[in-house]
Amino acid sequence: MEFAGAAQAEPGASRPLTFVLCTLPSDSHMWNLVAMQLLIEEMGHTVRNLGACSPVALVLQECRAEPPDCVVVSTVNGLGGIDAARLITALRAEPELAGLPVVIGGSLGVHGEADADPSAELRDLGYDGVFPVGASAERALTRFRAFVAARAERVR
Amino acid sequence: MTVEHAPFSVFVAARRRAGTLIVQPRMGFGDPAVMRAGLLAVRAAGVPAVGTVTLDSFTRQGEHERAAMARAAGLDLNGYPLVAEGARGTARMLAGIAGPGFPLQVRHGSPRPERIFRTMLAAGVEATEGGPVSYCLPYSRVPLRESVRAWSRATRLLARQADRGVRCHLETFGGCMLGQLCPPALLVAISVLECAFFAEHGITSMSASYAQQTCPEQDVEALAALRLLCAEFLPGVDWHVVLYTFMGLYPRSPEGAEELLRQSARLAVRTGTERLIVKTVAEAHRIPTIQENVEALRVAHRTAVAAGAEVAAGAADAAGAAGASDDAGAAAADAAKTTVRDTEVYQQARTLIETVLSLAPTVARALPAAFEQGLLDVPYCLHPDNRNESRCAIGPDGRLEWCDVGRMPLAGAARGRAAVGLRSLLADLEFHRRRLDPYPSTFGSGR
Repeated sequence: MEFAGAAQAEPGASRPLTFVLCTLPSDSHMWNLVAMQLLIEEMGHTVRNLGACSPVALVLQECRAEPPDCVVVSTVNGLGGIDAARLITALRAEPELAGLPVVIGGSLGVHGEADADPSAELRDLGYDGVFPVGASAERALTRFRAFVAARAERVR
Repeated sequence: MTVEHAPFSVFVAARRRAGTLIVQPRMGFGDPAVMRAGLLAVRAAGVPAVGTVTLDSFTRQGEHERAAMARAAGLDLNGYPLVAEGARGTARMLAGIAGPGFPLQVRHGSPRPERIFRTMLAAGVEATEGGPVSYCLPYSRVPLRESVRAWSRATRLLARQADRGVRCHLETFGGCMLGQLCPPALLVAISVLECAFFAEHGITSMSASYAQQTCPEQDVEALAALRLLCAEFLPGVDWHVVLYTFMGLYPRSPEGAEELLRQSARLAVRTGTERLIVKTVAEAHRIPTIQENVEALRVAHRTAVAAGAEVAAGAADAAGAAGASDDAGAAAADAAKTTVRDTEVYQQARTLIETVLSLAPTVARALPAAFEQGLLDVPYCLHPDNRNESRCAIGPDGRLEWCDVGRMPLAGAARGRAAVGLRSLLADLEFHRRRLDPYPSTFGSGR
């Protein structure tokens, strides 16, 4: 699977970006954060990994103190569909963070493939990209990787 | 106290005498009616089972109002919102379900469990699980010292129930940690240390846990080491061992999922483990249904019965060959202990336990000091109080081995290896999928 293909990215081709990697306050899962950190780092970028159950206040504080190029929210406990609003609402309420790219991905509902696609709703809330695992983690990660590559291209 | 109410420990003791493996689901539903239906279905499954009430993530984090709001809005939660439903609502949900043949346990995941325990006790349930380390480091960002303080208070609350004739049972979750990719010696050490913490706070009935990993032989050694170390470090305590079917990325195919469950049931029987907490065929995809939970319990039970018959036949053959005297039995037991003491997992676990206990006069003070100094260090764990300097990987023989022991006193245990990259980490995380799914391919949902 091509999750690991990012190692072939050319870190020298563009300036390394800084990512704040976090999850939602209710989400205690960790392996997704460990893996996403490696994925982004192996594309040549820098990650500040806030760990499990990231409080909204901590994400705000990290973004204010040293604004990253992008915030990545990775969540797999199935409550993303109902717990994702408070983070994006808080980030968008800060004038200096209103334009910060924020994306979310993972398992966003408790019914797996039977869940309705929450993408439109999450975009309406203010997320700039939504990467639901749904039927295929591979597709979500390929899309995410393309998103990172495009961000890197933009700030080149 | 003349009348003792201890349905969980009494049930386990009876099943241990009968030699039958107890099976238990991880089931939890947000809707009390569904939760009740689930427990009734488990009770009616026709297997020796414990009923489980697993709580939702909001309750685990102490966000009871959010859990209540989600319920009021008709949203699905990933478990039962015990505190939001309250003692009265929960007692109603549980009315008439528990009995001598069907004890209940609350499973929660909270680093600050006092309110959960109070509600649970008021609703009439006396068995639960967790631990100051095992429900702090992997599942929260609460400072470890704060979790230890909260668990000290909560554990004393459980112990105090003895004053009213209720003997609470407490299971450590220390044998799981991040669910996978933690070498068995560290799991065994944390499991025993959390049991010692419970004993220090007055708990007299407890279970030590271990989660199935990647190599059956290594798991057998780990479970034997866990038993021996419990015997050595928990004097005067009623304890048993609980095995968790693999807690990491679970096979996605029904046949792969069921095979891994069967392997865990055989492992439990082979090692004399008293209780098994199962996984279902839906594990890799979503929260399992009631029927999937019941089916998993039946598969585990049938497998255990078959494995038990094989073990008994093997033992009878061996006894026949040895002349089957009491002396021979005692000699065999001594020999078995010596063999356990020779294993790497026993020696590493014992070193970790002794090192930690030497740090302070109490386990409660020793545990945070150990993590601070890196004498305990859970690989890949991102909690701010874990040093996260240790690393491990699956070796060519399927055994979990240390790549880097960080500052833990396990000199010489690490196999020299290159830094763990994404590709090898994912391959290790997906070990059982690669092994058991007919078409293993992708890194899937992270449950």
